[in-house]
Amino acid sequence: MLLKPDPTFYASAKDAIKAPPETVAYVALLSANGTGTTDAITVVDTKTSSPTYAAQVGRVDLPNTGDELHHFGWNACSSALCPNAPKPHVDRRYLVVPGLRSSRIYIVDTKPTASEPRIVRTIEPQEIIAKTGYSRPHTVHCGPDAIYVSALGNADGEGPGGIFMLDCDTFDVIGPWEADRGPQYFAYDFWWHLGHDVMITSEWGTPNMIEGGLDPNLLLGGKYGHHLHFWNLRSRRHVQAVDLGAEQQLVLEIRPSHDPNQTYGFVGVVISLKDLSSSIWMWHRTNGKYGVTKVIDIPAEPADPAQLPDLLKGFSAVPPLLSDIDLSVDDRYLYASCWGTGELRQYDVSDPFKPQFVGSVRIGGIAKRSAHPSHANQPLNGGPQMVEISRDGRRVYFTNSLYRSWDDQFYPDGIKSWMVKVDVAGDGAMTFDPKFFVEFPHVHRAHQVRLEGGDASSDSYCFS
Amino acid sequence: MDGRYVWIVLFLLGCYHGINPGMGWLFAVALGLQDRSRASVVFALIPIALGHVASVAIVVSLAVFAAAIFPHAIVHQTAAAILIAFGVYRLVRVRHPRWVGMRVGFWGLALWGFLMSSAHGAGLMLLPFVTAAPVSNAMSMPMPHGSAATGFLMIAVHTLGYFLTMLVVALIVYEKLGVRFLRQAWFNVDLVWAIALFAAGIVALFT
Repeated sequence: MLLKPDPTFYASAKDAIKAPPETVAYVALLSANGTGTTDAITVVDTKTSSPTYAAQVGRVDLPNTGDELHHFGWNACSSALCPNAPKPHVDRRYLVVPGLRSSRIYIVDTKPTASEPRIVRTIEPQEIIAKTGYSRPHTVHCGPDAIYVSALGNADGEGPGGIFMLDCDTFDVIGPWEADRGPQYFAYDFWWHLGHDVMITSEWGTPNMIEGGLDPNLLLGGKYGHHLHFWNLRSRRHVQAVDLGAEQQLVLEIRPSHDPNQTYGFVGVVISLKDLSSSIWMWHRTNGKYGVTKVIDIPAEPADPAQLPDLLKGFSAVPPLLSDIDLSVDDRYLYASCWGTGELRQYDVSDPFKPQFVGSVRIGGIAKRSAHPSHANQPLNGGPQMVEISRDGRRVYFTNSLYRSWDDQFYPDGIKSWMVKVDVAGDGAMTFDPKFFVEFPHVHRAHQVRLEGGDASSDSYCFS
Repeated sequence: MDGRYVWIVLFLLGCYHGINPGMGWLFAVALGLQDRSRASVVFALIPIALGHVASVAIVVSLAVFAAAIFPHAIVHQTAAAILIAFGVYRLVRVRHPRWVGMRVGFWGLALWGFLMSSAHGAGLMLLPFVTAAPVSNAMSMPMPHGSAATGFLMIAVHTLGYFLTMLVVALIVYEKLGVRFLRQAWFNVDLVWAIALFAAGIVALFT
């Protein structure tokens, strides 16, 4: 218990953008073959003045195989200052790290030495399944009252997926979150408008629909998720489902405004069956009802079939495969990871209804294989995927692996994993940091990045 | 204890609860910021204070009731034991509240105030005063041991301190300071409170 609030907690997003730069990043590494090697959380030095800048300076290897690390989150964050459920004197020090395939959750302590994380507790899949009915834990958010974790399905790999809670002090599994799920069946990402007691959830597919790879029959049949769900965060009841249309397949990352009094946000759609494009939709509320508007369209790029994996040969095009989006803490810039085309796009969303394309950087890509400026002759595979923005918005980090079985479908030559960083100028212009190019050994692939002290997708606030 | 000091201490205990950001004023500020309205700040404090009164009143009523039935020494010693136990509990097991959201009406806030005060053990600190031996100082207000009227007055004085402090702090923060300073200034008053409960219990045991 602390005597003063954890210094990484900020009452509002406006304050958080003044936070000092992160000195380390935590990165989820998953075993490239799924067996044999174990997954790990690695620590990358992000302090520019450090002699070990952009190098891996620490790591914790998980004791089990087959976890498939994916997303992870903090035990506590700025929402601890929320006045309805204050707990300002807890420490942001534990990473809550789910294995998406194993359904095991590791609690990793990042103190006292940031570069020496250690596992302090393991919640076994049996416990999670027994207490919640859910399996395949995915997104982790530190809520004002508990740690919320989304899960893709049940123990048999079917739906419904949903959300369960962990006690924020003991990490005990509390139970499923929903009191009434209404028509919701698929689950994936979630976040909230804390000032309005609203939860928003998105849809991927059940574990059985995704674990063996993207199923072209399900995809072309429009069977993957295409809804957005709105809930009352307090009563835990489903309030409204919004259908983006069955041709909009895989409704993934949820990025609400960081201002708790706003009621808009963005969600990324991986692929349109009409033209293979990706899109970003904005939700907004009028008179208590939510509507969605498609605000960004990212078209597929023509390509020589010879360069394409079997799945795409017939289309002679590379879909952007928008796999992650991230909104800067000041709600000004939205970043879009086009994992297929190998492009990170930046939009000015000061007017959320009318995003302005600012620019993009290219790296990797199914057809292009663009290089990093520091290794100009080395073609790279994979593409911008999990993207994380520093609290001040000046540094953007990203990695290149999506999900093991899907990686192998789109990059059948085997993803060679890297993590890079772009610097963002005051006017939004992005440039690769030539000194920041982290290559991971073949046995591992990098997924989500979490920045020390918080980042754009880990903290929520109760004050605007 | 001299009767006059009892009332001052009760008032100050109210102030101590009032100044704790987790006990009401910060919630009122947040609701005011949501509505962009100073009136919302003030109106939010009323149900929160009512919830506090209810919480304290339950504890005080039980004590008054017990004092009317059981021998004084037993009631007093029991009250002291409860204080010590609760203080230790608060030190060992910090539980975090999860009762209401950020969109709350009058009764939601009253419930929140009640639960927050109860979890805090706000009423417990009044126990030693309620169960203390009768005061015979001619200068003080009459404090017949365990009378309902005295209990009522105690709650009123305590709540006045609580409400006025919340009101002043909430308005200063809302109008002038903003919530940014919280991350520096939100001292762990709960920890101090737990120690104070424990200490008050020990003192009560020997007085």
